[in-house]
Formats: sequence, C-alpha cells, structure tokens
Amino acid sequence: MRPFEYVAPKRLREAYAILAQADGRTVRPLAGGTDLIDQLRVGRKRADLVMDVKHIPELMRLEWGPRKGLYIGAGVPCYRVYKDPVVAQHYPAIRDGAMLVGSWQIQHRASLGGNICNAAPSADTVPPLLVYEAIAHIGGPRGEREVPLERFFTGPGQTVLAPDEILLGVRVPPPPPRSSSHYLRFIPREEMDIAVAGVASLVALDSRGVVARARIALSAVAPTPVRARDAEAVLEGQRPTPALLVEAGEKAVLATNPITDVRGSIAYRKELVKVLTRRTLSKALADLGITLE
Amino acid sequence: MTTTTPFRYIGKPIPKADALERVTGTARFGADLKLPGMLHGKVLRSPHPHAYIRRIDASRALALEGVKAVVTAQDLPPLEDARAAFGGELMIDLDHLRRLTIAHEKALFEGHAVAAVAATSPEIAEAALELIQVDYEVLPVVENALDAMKPDAPLLHPNLYTRTLGEKPSKPSNIATIVEVGFGDLEKAWAAADVVVEQSFETQMVHQGYLEPQACVAWVDADGRIHVWTTTQGTFNAQRMLSALLKVPLHMLNVIPAEVGGAFGGKIYVILEPLAILLSRKAGRPVKMVMDRAEVFRATGPASPAYITVKAGAKRDGTLTGLYAKIVMDAGAFPGAPVQGATWCIFAPYKAPAMKVEAYDVVTNKPRVQAYRAPGATAAAFASESTLDMLAERLGLDPLEFRLRNAAQEGDQNVTGQTYGRIGVKAILEAIRKHPHWNTPLQGKNRGRGLAMGAWMGAILTSSSQVVVNVDGTVQIVTGQVDITGTRTSMLQMVADMLQLPLDHISIRVGDTNCTPYTDLSAGSRTTFTQSAALARACQSVIAQMKAQAADALSKPDRRLTPEDIEYADGKFWVKSDPEQVLPWRQVAGLTRTRGTGPIVGTGTVTRLQPANEFSAQLCDVEVDPETGKVKILRFTAFQDAGRVINPIQVEGQMQGGAVQGIGWGLFEYYAWDKGKLRNPTLLDYREPTALDLPMIDTCIVEVPAPDGPLGVRGVGEPPIVPGPAALANAIYRAVGVRLTKLPMTPETVFWAIQEKKQAEHLQAVAGDGA
Ligand SMILES: Cc1cc2nc3c(=O)[nH]c(=O)nc-3n(C[C@H](O)[C@H](O)[C@H](O)COP(=O)(O)OP(=O)(O)OC[C@H]3O[C@@H](n4cnc5c(N)ncnc54)[C@H](O)[C@@H]3O)c2cc1C
Repeated sequence: MRPFEYVAPKRLREAYAILAQADGRTVRPLAGGTDLIDQLRVGRKRADLVMDVKHIPELMRLEWGPRKGLYIGAGVPCYRVYKDPVVAQHYPAIRDGAMLVGSWQIQHRASLGGNICNAAPSADTVPPLLVYEAIAHIGGPRGEREVPLERFFTGPGQTVLAPDEILLGVRVPPPPPRSSSHYLRFIPREEMDIAVAGVASLVALDSRGVVARARIALSAVAPTPVRARDAEAVLEGQRPTPALLVEAGEKAVLATNPITDVRGSIAYRKELVKVLTRRTLSKALADLGITLE
Repeated sequence: MTTTTPFRYIGKPIPKADALERVTGTARFGADLKLPGMLHGKVLRSPHPHAYIRRIDASRALALEGVKAVVTAQDLPPLEDARAAFGGELMIDLDHLRRLTIAHEKALFEGHAVAAVAATSPEIAEAALELIQVDYEVLPVVENALDAMKPDAPLLHPNLYTRTLGEKPSKPSNIATIVEVGFGDLEKAWAAADVVVEQSFETQMVHQGYLEPQACVAWVDADGRIHVWTTTQGTFNAQRMLSALLKVPLHMLNVIPAEVGGAFGGKIYVILEPLAILLSRKAGRPVKMVMDRAEVFRATGPASPAYITVKAGAKRDGTLTGLYAKIVMDAGAFPGAPVQGATWCIFAPYKAPAMKVEAYDVVTNKPRVQAYRAPGATAAAFASESTLDMLAERLGLDPLEFRLRNAAQEGDQNVTGQTYGRIGVKAILEAIRKHPHWNTPLQGKNRGRGLAMGAWMGAILTSSSQVVVNVDGTVQIVTGQVDITGTRTSMLQMVADMLQLPLDHISIRVGDTNCTPYTDLSAGSRTTFTQSAALARACQSVIAQMKAQAADALSKPDRRLTPEDIEYADGKFWVKSDPEQVLPWRQVAGLTRTRGTGPIVGTGTVTRLQPANEFSAQLCDVEVDPETGKVKILRFTAFQDAGRVINPIQVEGQMQGGAVQGIGWGLFEYYAWDKGKLRNPTLLDYREPTALDLPMIDTCIVEVPAPDGPLGVRGVGEPPIVPGPAALANAIYRAVGVRLTKLPMTPETVFWAIQEKKQAEHLQAVAGDGA
C-alpha cells in the first residue's frame, strides 16, 4: 500500500478548506473505510490525502420529522440506521438494505454515504433510497447543492461529485400513506457477499386497495442502480393480484442491462429480477394486509 | 503396549493443549517472527499462463534505494539427480520442483514465480518488482486436461513422455502417466447385470482455503548455516526438499516449525523458502516472505480438477456385478495429480467380482496441484456415489440397503488389489440405519435426503518421537511432528495413559529438525495412528529404563534386583516379590541426576504399519428454491469409523471441519478461469461457505479397531471431506429431480438444470398432446 497523509477535520468549514487547498493532490474522503482502505491496499484507488469525515457533526446526523422526512448524514454507519425505530417503522426497505451490508463488524463502520459514493452497481443501500426518491445533499468550498439520488450515479464507481465536493447526507421524503417497502438481494451465500441482483419495492395503496404508488429499483443489473419504471406503471392504478406481480417482475427486466461475470450470467440475473420483484412486492403488500403468496 | 488399568485420558474430551494460546492470539504463526536486520522479500510472478522467458533485466530494481538482492532461476545450483522425488502425498521429481519454485526458460501458469526481490521494507520490495523487465514470448494456453490430451495440443514440457505399463511412447505428451488397475472380467459383468448405469462427471480446481498464507523467514548465517522458520506440515520433508534444491547437507539446514494456520495438504512443498534462502544468502541478512491472498490462490497448490466417467452394473436384487471408472486428473503445470488416491478410493467401500480403473495424470497451464484433504477421493466419490445412487434408483432399491448389500469387509479386495484387513464400512452403514436422522421422514416440497460414502486408504510412512523423563519426574515429549490438527493433545493423552501418569506431569514440544528425531510429515491422516505406535515404543523403553533404575535403587547388599523383578503401575515401582518395597516415579527419576545413570530418553520409531483404512458416510437433507436454484442444507450428519477415539472433541472437530470443506466443494467453491487467467483470486469471489451457510453438523462415531497399532486408532482427518458433494447431489436429485454432474452445484447451475428439466417435460407434454 502506498503511503498517504491523513486528516480528520472536526468542522465542515475545515473540510471545505482542505478540499479547496488540495492543489492537485488526490483527496479521498473516508467514512467507514470498508471500501476505501481495501481499494487503496490493492491499488485500485490512489490517495495523497485521506480525509476522515466521521468527526464532522453535520455528517453524523440521523434526524426525522413527519413533514421533512428523514435525513441521513453521509457518515452515519449502517447499524445506527437499521437500529433506528423510525427507520424500521417508516422505511422498511432502508432498514433491510442497511442490515444486509457486510457483517456486524462491517455494519459498525460502513456508512450509507460511503455505499453511495463508492457507486457500486451492487450497492445494497441504494435501491431502498431510490424507491423513496431520496435526494443527495452535496457540499464543497463552492457551495451546496441537491441532486436526486437517481441522477447521482454516472457509471460504475462514477458519480456527479466534483473533486472538491463531498456528500453531506441524503434527504428521504416522508413515506406515502398506507405504504410499505422491502429490499431483497440474491447472493449464493447467506451473508458477506455481493448482490447478483437486488430489488427494492415500495407500494402505497389507496383506500380502495388499489396501488396508488409503486416504486421499484434494482441493483447489480445495470451500470448503476436503476428504477424500473415500466414495472411501476404496470402496478399503479391496479388492484394487486398474483398475476400482476408476475407481470411487474417481467417488466422490471426491461430496466436491466446486466453483464455476465463470475457472479452470474445476464440471463440468470434477469430471472432473479423477476423473482425478487415479485417477492419484494408481496412482502410489502403483506405488511399492508394483503397476502398473495 | 497393553495397559492393565482402564484409560484415564484416552477417549476423553481433553481441551486442546494450545487452546489458550490460539484464542488469546499469542500463538506464533509463520508471519509473526521478526529478526534484527530482517529484509522483506516479494516475488515477481508471470502474468501469462504460458510463455517463454526471453530475458530478465533487474538492473533498475537493484538500483532502487533499499533493494538488497534479486534472484532468478540462475541462482539455483545446477541439477544433478533429476529422478529424486519428494512430496509425501503428491510426489514431484526434483527437476519439476526446481521449475515450480522458480520458472526457468518457461512460465507455465499465471502466477509462476519469475524473480524475487529482498528490500528493507515490503513496500520497497513491491516497488522493485515493477522495475524488473521481463521479455515474454506468449504461448498458447492449455486450459484443461481434456484439451491437453488432444494430439495437437501445445506441449508444456518438451521432454515429458507418458509413463504407462506399455513401451515408452515415441512422442512427448501432456499426459504424464496412465494407471490401469483392476481385476475380473468387465464384459461378463455387464452381461450379468440387469441394469447398467454410465455417467460422466466433472469437478473444478478448488483451494484448501487455509486462513494463514504461506510465510517464512530464512537466514543464512556467517558460517553458511541456514535457519528457516516456516509454516509447514513437515519440517523434515521441507529440509530434504531444500537440501536437494540448494545442494546443502542436512546438518547445515535447520527447519524450525511455526504454528500452522491451516494447511489441509497445501503446506507440504517448500515454496517461498528456497527463494528466501537464496535472497538471504545474497543479502547477508534474514529475509521474510509472506504471501498475499491472491498469491495463495494463484501460486500455491490447489486441488486437482477431474473428469470422471463411472460405469456400474447390478442384478435386480442389488448385487453389484462390475464397477469401472475412467479418471482424468489435471495436475496443473507439472505431473503429480492424485490419481492414486482417486483410484484407491473410488470404489473402496464396495465389493464386486470385476472392477477396473483407468487413470490419467495430465499437465495444463494451471498452478501445480498439491494434496487437499484425501487428495483425489472427493472428486472420485462424487462420481461413484452419484452413479451408485442412480443405479439404486433404477433398481428401485433403498440407497442404504443397496450399499449394505455391496459393502466391502475384511478379506474383500480394493480395485488396486489390496486385500482389506478389518474395516468399518458395514458398521457405519448399520449406524446410519439406527440413527434418528435416517429414521425421521423428511417432509415438505422441494426437499430431499442424500446419502454417500467416503474412503481414504490412510497414509503410513515413518514416525518417531522421544519421551524424556526430567529429574523431577515430569515428562517431556520431544517430537518433530508438526501439530496441524491437535495432535499435541492426543499425543499427551496417549503418553499419560501409556506411562500411567497424571496428564499435567507431561508436556510436549514440537522442535526443529536439528533437535528432534526424523519423522515424516503430518498428512494423510497418519499422525495420530503412526504416533500411537511410535509413542508406545518410546514409553516401553522409558519404563524399562526406569525399572532398571528402580531395580538398582531397591537392591540390597544381599540381593541384587534386575528390571524383571520390578513391577510398575500408576507412578509407582515395587519389587514383585515384596510389594512393600516401593519407589515413586519421581524419586526414581531424580536418581538419574545424582547417580549419573540418566538421562532417561525413550525413542520410538515405526514404519510400514499395516494401513488403517478409513471410511465415512454423510447424510444430508436439503431444500431447493426452484426459482433461484439456491440449496439450503436443513440437516447434516457425518458418520465415521475412527478405529479408537483418542479425543472425541477432536475427532468431531475433524468430522465437522471436513464436512464443511466438502460442502464448499459441493455448493460454492471453484477457480473461475479465463484462458488460464484466474478471475476470482479473492475470498469475495472464491466463495467458501460462511458459518451462516452451514447447518449444525451432527456426528456419529463408530469404532472398529484398526488391524495394526497398539490402540486400534485410525486416522480421522481426511474421510469427512469425501462424501459431502455426492451426498448433496443425491439430496438435490431427490428434492427437485435434477441430477447434477458438475461441481460446484451453485444456485445458477441448479437453476438452469431445473429450467432444462421443465422444458423437457413441457416438450414431452406437447408431444404427448400431439399424439
Ligand atoms: C467484508 C465486507 C462486506 C461488504 N458487504 C457489503 C454488502 O453486503 N453490500 C454492500 O453494498 N456493500 C458491502 N461492502 C462494501 C462497503 O462496506 C459498503 O459499500 C459501505 O457502505 C461503504 O461505506 P464506508 O463508510 O465504509 O465507505 P468508505 O470506504 O469510507 O468510502 C467509500 C467511498 O466513498 C467515498 N466517500 C466516503 N464518504 C464520502 C463522502 N461523505 N463524500 C464523498 N465521498 C465519500 C470514499 O472516498 C470512497 O471512495 C462490504 C465490504 C466489506 C469489506
């Protein structure tokens, strides 16, 4: 591993100053380090300066208000997210995703911000945020801005962040009424693995039991996490039936653009998307009192 | 040795002697040693699976600040006796060992060592590797054994001629050896059978998956004496290999064992050690070398992939008429695939009037394989036990009854011609028949139960140890027998009972090659079995010497006693004819110091015991998710004949650990290749099962004493890995009706097999409608 310098600013201002004065050196933010350290070790990434963001209070906030929704600071580790009763109650898929990352040890370090900024197509916490239409809150010496999370990713490992910007957190709007959500991923093992395919589904029902809103997002089946809009359209305005869920699964495949690698073939990934879409939808519907399977 | 009193320690669940060290992190493994002035060595490895090395220019690396030495194949002394062979389990000849250690004119697999660097830090050594200029001429890659056998295949070795019983072939080939063994008339066997099943199988290259990467420190001192601290299964084996590679006599070469963080057959050959010694000799300082995980995957010795076709015939009542197998094993870059193990094991649990095995040892552009727990047997049993299950099904017979009907016993013959002594096949099958697992019906959709057997011949070789009595009466076992499985504890238990002394009066040290008597490596399930006999001899000698001391001390002027006049039990010596005359053990031991009649050292050594053949069986229940192909193990029971249990927790530990590795072979693990390049050299994508992927593994031990050795001990390390993949395949078949013939049975392969079956059923239904 090549040597690098390390700083741990305690204030956002200091962090911005460090970014502003990078002077051509590669500054890499560090949250839990569960991606970064390994990437530096094997030489997949380089860093001249590693900037620990865990001591900046703004990035460690986990806040909720019924109007504002949820704010997850970029440095908040997974365990704080899934142990939070508010998250469990209002955003089940987000809890599912945070609980799936790594092991207990990893979850005590790994942050949602790191998962997002690492921009792996397989990032497990991202599809759950996408179904809630989360917004990335970005900051840097040139100011702050907000970008819908769906547009945050530009390719595998690529994001809209400029070199002098960091992710501050994500804003998650309040959940729609009478809604629930779930995230499932498929891995050959039970734990400690990378998704071969992952699906998050959110369903909201109106008073008649018709789907008022459906949101479906996929991981590991395209260069970035993606929304499956055709599948969402199939569901909205309909009364859920087993056949409808199957159809949604088939439509979800249209949003995929997978690759064949050691973890799975294109054809298998597409089959998994069908199965996982159906399963996440029926889990979410079961929460709402509708059992279909 | 016959013991009059019942055992106090043998058969008891005594905690491991080194348990505390291990769990508190104070045990010293290969990478823990630091010496003053120590340098760090790194290896430059070939990025090409097959290439001529035209030129190596290390001048820029040598110019880098902190770099102290660079070595290449040029630094090995010239080869003299090319026929010398080494290895313990999987043999390799000296010429090939040299070329495996460091590529000569050709790199033969991705990761083949090409040069090594020693520098003042690991970072500098790594930076130096990038400065070494190697001109490669890339050659076509021989990816697998079937391609390698084709007549027009590119050759790995221009002077490798197939060894067969026939005459020497005229042209070189990638087939190193063809073995043919068997007896009886197979044509008659097929004619006599009511049902004959023939099926081909395939297994992949897999890795032992030891936690600890290869690591060593070598130091060539000012007098030219070589000291090597290393993580190895056999210090003397390592010493002999190093002596032959470097042309250094044994007394100038001390191999000092570190604790071994897992090996499973993969730490038998020297690998970093010769390079570390060459670097140390050039640099005049100690050199430490530690592999990273990718190097472990690419450049150590994984297990041999195999292509196996089995044909089996039986009469309607289930009696086998004949068994045949063709086994093609991929040795990687140099000859030495475990065809012998596969051949011995493939039909070992059964008897039949005709049996034949044809086995091929083939070279390809892959890392040279090494032993992996029952080398050859796991792939072999996957093929034979799956085929036998298919046969039982065709005959409409219960898989257990079918196996019982054909179970081999004492006097029956292995396909190799060996006649079995006492063996435990029937006892194991009877134990299954009585076991609650077998007798609990399995209910539910997509669930199935599978049974398979496994075998291992049991290695023997030479073993020795010394038992030393200290002047305070405590006892020291001094041995060169490396402890990889808890053998220090079982050796302590055996010696405590053999000497009839309290366990806490005895301790054990695994010493280096300069201070312990020669003993062969810890491998092949041979350690406890052979050491039980060696220690019995050492203890007999100790007691005889102690009796002589006691006789001397208890003699009166009027009556000289001889050792025959002395009786010994439970730490006391007494005069047979006068039991009042007693001397405690401790006092007798003390006499040796003042009288100068010591020290009391008993050396025990044994070789060529009659083999203690080992058998096992596993029963597993699975549930398959037909929509994803994922297999969940619901229940798993491992059965095994241990001969005599020295320590039940350790035997169970071996059974469970072996079962876990078998499950790894069965469901998860494989080397994914792309034209000779490894796509998954990480523990992320080379999937070993985690604790959450595993069921509780229940154990059921039977004890059919081995025909040789003082205690009836059989080795227990290897057999538990063998049946797993076949038991899983048989269970999956019963769960969802698909017969998987290729390992591993990953979710994706199971998924597509189910799809194929559905499609076939659909087509049949359509055809049926049409008619
Ligand atoms: C054993 C193991 C198991 C894993 N299992 C999973 C899994 O199941 N699912 C999964 O999705 N991932 C998994 N991962 C990957 C990793 O743990 C997650 O991606 C994790 O969420 C990363 O968070 P982190 O805080 O550790 O990020 P870090 O490693 O600290 O950072 C990741 C990347 O984001 C950048 N970064 C971090 N914070 C910021 C910020 N505020 N602004 C801008 N850039 C930033 C870093 O520079 C780096 O490039 C696993 C990793 C390991 C080692």
